[in-house]
Amino acid sequence: MYKYFIFIVLCFLPIQSFSAGPSIKGETIDWGFNGPFGKFNKSSLQRGLQVYTEVCSSCHSLKYIAYRNLSDLGYNKSEIKAFASTFTVTDGPNDDGEMFERPGMPADHFVSPYPNMNAARAANGGAYPPDLSLITKARGGGADYLYSLLIGYKKPPENLEVREGLYYNKYYSGNLIAMPQPLYGEDVTYADGTNASIEQMASDVTEFLAWAAEPEMEVRKRTGIAAITFLLIMAVLSYIAKQQIWANVKKKQA
Amino acid sequence: MKSSIPKSQFKNPVINWIDTRLPIFTAVNEAVGTEHPTPKNLNYWWNFGSLAGVTLVIMIITGIALAMNYTAHVDHAFDSVERIMRDVNGGWLIRYIHMNGASFFFIVVYIHMARSLYYGSYKAPRELLWILGVVIYLLMMATAFLGYTLPWGQMSFWGATVITNFFSVIPFVGEPIVNWLLGGYTVDNPTLNRFYALHYLLPFVIAGVILLHIVALHRFGSNNPLGIDIKSDKDMIPFHPYYTIKDFFGLAVFLAVFCVFVFFLPNFLGHPDNYVPADPMSTPAHIVPEWYLSPFYAILRAVPDKLLGVLAMFGAIGILFILPWLDRSPVRSAHYRPMYKIFYIIFIINMLGLGYLGVQNPEGIYILLGRVCTAWYFIHFLVVMPLLNIIETPMALPKSVSDPIFSSGSSGMAPAARRSKK
Repeated sequence: MYKYFIFIVLCFLPIQSFSAGPSIKGETIDWGFNGPFGKFNKSSLQRGLQVYTEVCSSCHSLKYIAYRNLSDLGYNKSEIKAFASTFTVTDGPNDDGEMFERPGMPADHFVSPYPNMNAARAANGGAYPPDLSLITKARGGGADYLYSLLIGYKKPPENLEVREGLYYNKYYSGNLIAMPQPLYGEDVTYADGTNASIEQMASDVTEFLAWAAEPEMEVRKRTGIAAITFLLIMAVLSYIAKQQIWANVKKKQA
Repeated sequence: MKSSIPKSQFKNPVINWIDTRLPIFTAVNEAVGTEHPTPKNLNYWWNFGSLAGVTLVIMIITGIALAMNYTAHVDHAFDSVERIMRDVNGGWLIRYIHMNGASFFFIVVYIHMARSLYYGSYKAPRELLWILGVVIYLLMMATAFLGYTLPWGQMSFWGATVITNFFSVIPFVGEPIVNWLLGGYTVDNPTLNRFYALHYLLPFVIAGVILLHIVALHRFGSNNPLGIDIKSDKDMIPFHPYYTIKDFFGLAVFLAVFCVFVFFLPNFLGHPDNYVPADPMSTPAHIVPEWYLSPFYAILRAVPDKLLGVLAMFGAIGILFILPWLDRSPVRSAHYRPMYKIFYIIFIINMLGLGYLGVQNPEGIYILLGRVCTAWYFIHFLVVMPLLNIIETPMALPKSVSDPIFSSGSSGMAPAARRSKK
């Protein structure tokens, strides 16, 4: 039992992945969604959605998220309906065989900025801006890495030649990234009056994308606590039963 | 006439009626019930056989549920997995159980095999039991590899490309064999379709071999920590209720640890790149296998020549088949083999080392370490094991299972007795 306990404790150490590739050590943030009881901060998620919508979404899609999923952020049905209707969705074909455009509905997935990958490449100098739905799960370092990357645009060292179309980033593998600096500070005006510093926006959009990658996280952790509590009680009871049943075998040995 | 029918032993009239005509209840009772005598001194390392069986059942149940929602097509596979994660009711739970279940199946089986190695369970008369176990292990590796391809992430695609390429080293027919396996010249939709079909098939083949494994086990019964044959009935206890309750307790602890991963660290054992959709045009910086295949990947890379590397990798697994004939020592349990015990510990450390090296970039010191560990892996089996029989003096064996436990200090076997009393 003691060994198992140590094992379980070790499991909670903040290690991201067993076989994550080598990445440059970035900032480590004490996210509210870390740990076995972690939860997303709803106002941060809402601010993050604003940053994604006003900044990131001009190049990056978020195709696995539907507008209806925004209820997780604390929005009600009419707010989601209103938000979805600000986007234009191509639908069809209609009875005449024509594609047509209509306002977005809650059931629609987030509208992508480009119709396909080739269009995305063509508009971005050959580099493809990845879909962000899974970005915190798809990069070693997860949310910490994403946050570091967003605030990692610094002045390049003098001896480093930065080619046209590439940008220096302290935390990107190889330091030269095709994405221009997305956040400078005051890029958005937060509805709740929060000061839109570069760190604040980076942190909010990271929290939002961490939710987008794992919208089930809060339910998952809650279920986990219940499941493990149940199993530990079952373990204790079955251990007592086992001792009881084995008593006569043990007695003969004594 | 009526009295001439051999009647079943069961009291319940319905069960009796069925069992008289189709003795399934008798079969179960003799397999895991009151009619299956088991040594009474089995320790907790003996829990892992039944745990492996339970894990297979978990994998098959969650796997079938996943199959109902999965689409085996290169354009839809990744999306369908994300749909399972986001839109299917409880889909994230089913998938995370299946994903981590694969890792835990290997953890359990590795412990089961390490148990067997330590207590000499592979020795006569249980050679076929061991060989059937190695067959199950091989089938598990194949199934896990096929399953890892299905989400069609970057590691799925490139892992499949690397592993199927092993077969291209076969002289003359290598390329045609690879094309035949892939259903084309590269990993593509036909590959995904056949991998899916085989991934669904192989677990049932595993279940069949497990049945044979159990039949072979029941021929001579379980080995035990002392590794001696059991002569007296008083050293045996029925499997039920003694080992059913002990296995149940072990299962509860195992599931609790499993749940820590499923609910709190679901992607800890995976690779982030597999959340990037497969892209044949972009090779990941480092292609690494899942951790449970990692030791053999390290062996593959340790050999500079491609053909010899592949041979070394398959040889590393193949060598397990002849293990019962490499270790000629008549003493089973490492308890009574002071030298083997030391080499056993070195072997386990070496194996963990290979596992670590398999996921590192092969550069600098890692290349040298990989070669040393690979060499030691083969030296352990081909040199150390046969040699130990000649140079090692085993301790005196106890006469019976009851002996060392009941009467410490009795003549002739004191050191062994004290050792096993802990």
